This record gives sequence, C-alpha cells and structure tokens, in this order.
Amino acid sequence: MPSIRLLSRLASAFTTPRSPEDFLRLVDPLASARQLRGLVTSVVPETADSVTIRFRPGKGWNAHEAGQWARIGVEIDGVRHWRSYSLSTGAGQDPAITVTAMGKVSTALVRGTRRGDVLFLAPPEGDFVLPERPRPLLMLTAGSGLTPVMSMIRTLVPRRADADLVLVHSSRSPEDSLFREELLELADQFPGFRLVQWFTGERGRRLDLAGTGDLDAACPDWRDRAAYACGPAEFLDAAEALWQREEGELRVERFAAVVAPGSGGEGGRVTFEKSDTEVEADSATTLLAAGEDAGLMMRSGCRMGICHACVTPLLSGQVRDTRTGEVHGEPGHLVQTCVSTAAGPVSLDA
Amino acid sequence: MTIVTPLLLDQGRPAGRAKPSAAAHLSDAQIEELGRELDALRESVIATRGARDAAYIRRVIATQRSLELAGRAALLFAKHKPAWLAGTGMLTLAKILENMEIGHNVLHGQWDWMRDPDIHSTTWEWDFVTPAEAWQHTHNDLHHTWTNVVGKDRDVGYTILRMDEDQPWTPRNLGNPLYNALLAPVFEWGIAIYDLELDEVREGRKPVAELKRGLKALGAKFVKQAAKDYVATPAAAAVTGSAKQALTATLTANAARNIWAHAVIFCGHFPAGADTFTEEQIEGETRGDWYVRQMIGSANISGSRLMHLMTGNLSFQIEHHLFPDLPSNRYAEVAVKVREICERYELPYTTGPLPKQVASAWAKVFRLALP
Repeated sequence: MPSIRLLSRLASAFTTPRSPEDFLRLVDPLASARQLRGLVTSVVPETADSVTIRFRPGKGWNAHEAGQWARIGVEIDGVRHWRSYSLSTGAGQDPAITVTAMGKVSTALVRGTRRGDVLFLAPPEGDFVLPERPRPLLMLTAGSGLTPVMSMIRTLVPRRADADLVLVHSSRSPEDSLFREELLELADQFPGFRLVQWFTGERGRRLDLAGTGDLDAACPDWRDRAAYACGPAEFLDAAEALWQREEGELRVERFAAVVAPGSGGEGGRVTFEKSDTEVEADSATTLLAAGEDAGLMMRSGCRMGICHACVTPLLSGQVRDTRTGEVHGEPGHLVQTCVSTAAGPVSLDA
Repeated sequence: MTIVTPLLLDQGRPAGRAKPSAAAHLSDAQIEELGRELDALRESVIATRGARDAAYIRRVIATQRSLELAGRAALLFAKHKPAWLAGTGMLTLAKILENMEIGHNVLHGQWDWMRDPDIHSTTWEWDFVTPAEAWQHTHNDLHHTWTNVVGKDRDVGYTILRMDEDQPWTPRNLGNPLYNALLAPVFEWGIAIYDLELDEVREGRKPVAELKRGLKALGAKFVKQAAKDYVATPAAAAVTGSAKQALTATLTANAARNIWAHAVIFCGHFPAGADTFTEEQIEGETRGDWYVRQMIGSANISGSRLMHLMTGNLSFQIEHHLFPDLPSNRYAEVAVKVREICERYELPYTTGPLPKQVASAWAKVFRLALP
C-alpha cells in the first residue's frame, strides 16, 4: 500500500530521529519499527506445569506453517531473554506456544505471563513441516516434542478428508500428556487420525526404538509412512538409528543443543572487537551468552546450533563446540556463538 | 563471568610520582583500598539492576514522547499566544529530557544490559545535531578516559575556550566570555563542530577521509533535524495560519535547550574545586588513581529530584564519572556512599546549587580570558 508508506514517510519527517512507530507505541503496544511484538491474548493451563500462551502478533509477522518454531523474547528482571518455541496452533492461525516450566526462561513464561503482556518475537522459521503432497504419515513424539506436531495435526486432520495420520505419543502419565482431551476428541471424530498413547508410568518402560517390536504393534504399516519425530535427544537418536537401519525416511526436530559429555573446555577472555568489549567467560558460558550478558546486541536464532543465525567471524583464538566437544577455529572461520564456548582467549568480529 | 574494564590497571604507577595535590595525603595502599571500595559499590548496583530500573527509563521515554507530541500539536495553533507558550514549553522540556536523561545516558550504554534494541547505545540516535556516533567517540572514549587531563581531554575548553591555567594564554583568549556567550544558544552546533575534531585533522592526527565521512553524517543529520523543526512543523501549522509562530517556537525551544545543556555541562568540571591534571600526573595510573582523578576532577549540582531529572542526572557528575555506564536513576543512591567515601579519605566533594556552580564556571571563563 503505497499511500501508507507515503504517510509513514511524511510522519517520520516529524518524528526523526525516532520512527513514527515509536510514538504510536504510546497507544499501541505492538507498534515498533525495530522489534516485532506480540500481545498475549490468553494463557491456558495444560498440565500442572505447562501452559499454552496464545498471542496476537504485530505487523511484520509472517503466518507460520504447521510445525515451525519462532524465537520469543521475554523480559525477566528488566533483561530480555530469547528462546525458541514450537508454535502449536494450526498453520496461519494466531500463534500459540505451549511451554513447560523447565529452565529460567520457560519457568518465567509459565509462572509470569498474563493476558495483555507484550512478548517480543522473531518471524517463524524451520523446515519441520508437512510434506507438500498428501501421503500417509507417522508422527512419533515424546513429552513436549508434541507441540510442533500438534500444529500439524490441527492443520491437517480437520481440513482434509483424505488425511491418514498416526500419532504415537509417549508421556509419563495421562495427567502429564499435553493436549490429551483434544487429541482424543479428534481421534474420535476423524477416522483418518489414529492416536496411540504410550504412558511410561503405566507400561513400566519406555517406547523401545532399539527394535521394531513396539512400532510394529502400534502402527503395523510404519515403514510405508512418511515419519516425523520430535522429542528428547536420546529418543530422537534411537529413532534416527532405527530408520537408518530400515532405510526409511524420517524427519526430526531437535529441541535442545546436544552437549557432548565432558565438553565445555576451559573458557577464557572473549573480546568483541566491534563493540570494544572484553568479557571473562567460563567453560559453561556460550559466546552468545557472554556477549548478551555484557549488554551487547548479539545476532542469534534458535540458540541450539541449528539455524546459523548467530554465526560470527572468529578473528583469533579457538572455540569449543559444545555438541561435539571439538576444539576448532582459525581466523576468518564462522563460529556458531550459541553452541561455542571459549577455549582460551577468543576474539570475535562482533 | 566478569566484565573486564581494560582501562583500569591494578598496578603500574612509577614509584614516587607526584599525586594530585588534593590526594597528596593518601598513601598508595589507601588509594588501592579506595579503588576496591568503589568497585564494590559498582558491583552492588549492578547486582540489583532490574525490572524497576527498566520501568523507570521506559516511563521517562513515554513522558518525553508524550510531551513532544503534545508540544508539536499545540504549535499547530501557535499564532494564539497561549498555544505558542504551551507548545514551546513542552517542546523545550521534551528536548531537554531527550538529550540529557535519555540520549546522553543511553549513548553511554547505561541501559544496554536490558538488551532492548529500542533503548541501546548501538541503535540510539538523538534529537541533537551532532550524530550519536561522533559524539560517542569524543565524549565516551576521549573525555571519559582522559577526564581533565590538560592536553589530553579536549573537553577542557572544547578547543575554543581557555579553561585552565595550564593552557597557554594568547590574545585571542580575551574573547573567552564572548565566545562562551555566543556558544550557549547554539551549543549543539558547537558540539557538532567539536566532534569533527578539526584541530586533529589540521595536525595530521586524523585522516581527511574520516573528516569527510563525519561531515557527510553531520550533513545528513542536519537536514533531517532542520526539516523537522524548521520545515515540517511550521508547514503543518500553516494550515491554521501559524507557520511563522511555529517556526519561532521551534527556534526558541532549540535555543532554550541549548542554553540549558550548556549551563549544565559547564558545571561538570569547571566550577571552583574541580581539579585538572597534567599528563605526567597520570603516567602509569592505577585503578584507584583513576577513580581519584574522576572524583576530584568533577563537580556536582545540588537540588531537587526534578532538577536531577532535567540535568539527566549529570548533577551527579562525580558519580557519573566514576561509573559512566550505571543507570542514571541510581546515581542518587550511589552519591550518598561516594560522598561518605570522600569524607573518610579527606578528598574534596565539590557540589553546590545550580546558580552558584554556573557563576563559578563563568568566573573561570572570565578570569582565564586574561593571562
């Protein structure tokens, strides 16, 4: 709309060096020229320690695809923290995240979010999405790994009569199981959707992906289905190994950076050249966290080593990759600051 | 994890080097201990920074923006005297708040810890003709590092005034009071030109290419600033036949803001009691020495909370110079402790009401006009 752009140009002649949005924010909490925002429209408890937070995003948000995630910024004690969360609503709807109180940021979100609060957002990302053409699907989830898959189910099942989707979801108990009522209802209503619940508490053991027995029982034709998996690291490792052996196709979404045992390195002094800042970072502090703790505006994305939004040129020194424990780095190399720690003194072009 | 301040060394002072006279009675050990006390004070504020402080700066920003909007709205009817007065008043207040409590302090990085890109030293641009980046260099880097070191701190006289006995007298200095009086209403231009560091270019210490870049940035900033205050606002007021009055109003607001900023800033280091230093005196300066220099080289302004707000808490110049990146709203509580430390170590803590401090700074301007 060129007329709006013209209007905004005109308005900015009156507001420079601020943007018109900076003034608009006096009345509209979502107005911002620099930072996408979302207004919390509801906070609904899911289980004892998880809630679904639904929000209305401001201008600049792209409607998400089912299965995507977004970075959410939350203020804790005046400091903005960012984490990535899967969006659990159907594609194109107002987004919602379902958060379990684990870790500082998620706990603050679960305990502290109220309707009317403003969250900070980055546009949705990720390619853990539904296949382009309809085909039989198998969703394998555990715990909160259900959230991105829930978005797929909500998108696909009620809208497509030809949907053929099996969900095998593992959780501790019915009370711990996210979206349980809704899933039961959907399974009841739509013949194309079958729900297999695996309660580890009741069965006395986990879903066994070392062999094919449990899968054969839950979903006999699993080999013919396009498979998706999301859950804790070991669950995904087992699924990946199994599908590799069986030569099937599997897409996985990992939630947390895998930290190699005993890795972390020795830490050291981190110099952010452009910002003229030096910080002592220990072996447990990522370069990203070190920069942010010093108040720098660091580039970042998923914060778990997937999206590469945080890559920054190394000027000198070496870093340790927290996922592999490997120490690497030469001047000019791009390092992922979100999964790298200092292995001795490090200088970054940031 | 600790943030390293590379500037402050723990050791290095050559044995036997003369201390500034105001601190001559202190032993090296005492100065070291004083440094530790001030470090602890800084840590205690950082440890308690939080939601309350964030709410404070957001409240000031919202107030400033409301004042600015209301002021410009009133100027649409500036041909009516009350509207002119109200508009000019609100715009002046808005500009003062924007420059002092918000701009100066945000550009110091005082609010960077919030990690809010809307209130951050790397993204902020202010309603002042000199571009933020140029000012950050001459002010944050040069002035705050070399505070009051004659020959190093170019803020001693801003390269046009003679403000210290140690600056050699020339007949040109007879104009000291005149230059200063002319500078006040156009202070933002004084700063903008000062930030170009023309003398550094003349002496070959600053590349001409860098000057060109600075000029370009200043030109672009000037066009936008002038377009807002002297074109857009009067043009909008033309609808009610108030163009001319709106123009006089924005000119008045800018001049009033400049005079205020000039007055406050001249109270920072020039009133009687604030010390200056020679380059020899700071050789191998330790962490404690650096703190001492900031304390005895700066002067405060006493007054009400509103007064502190309108000076951007630069009324706590001593505290600001000790801890330039602590949030400005905390200087008042820090001041109580700094003053106590000064008393205990028998160091001067220069402060006084605004008229007294302004008069004292002007007295120096007059006195140093003569050899």
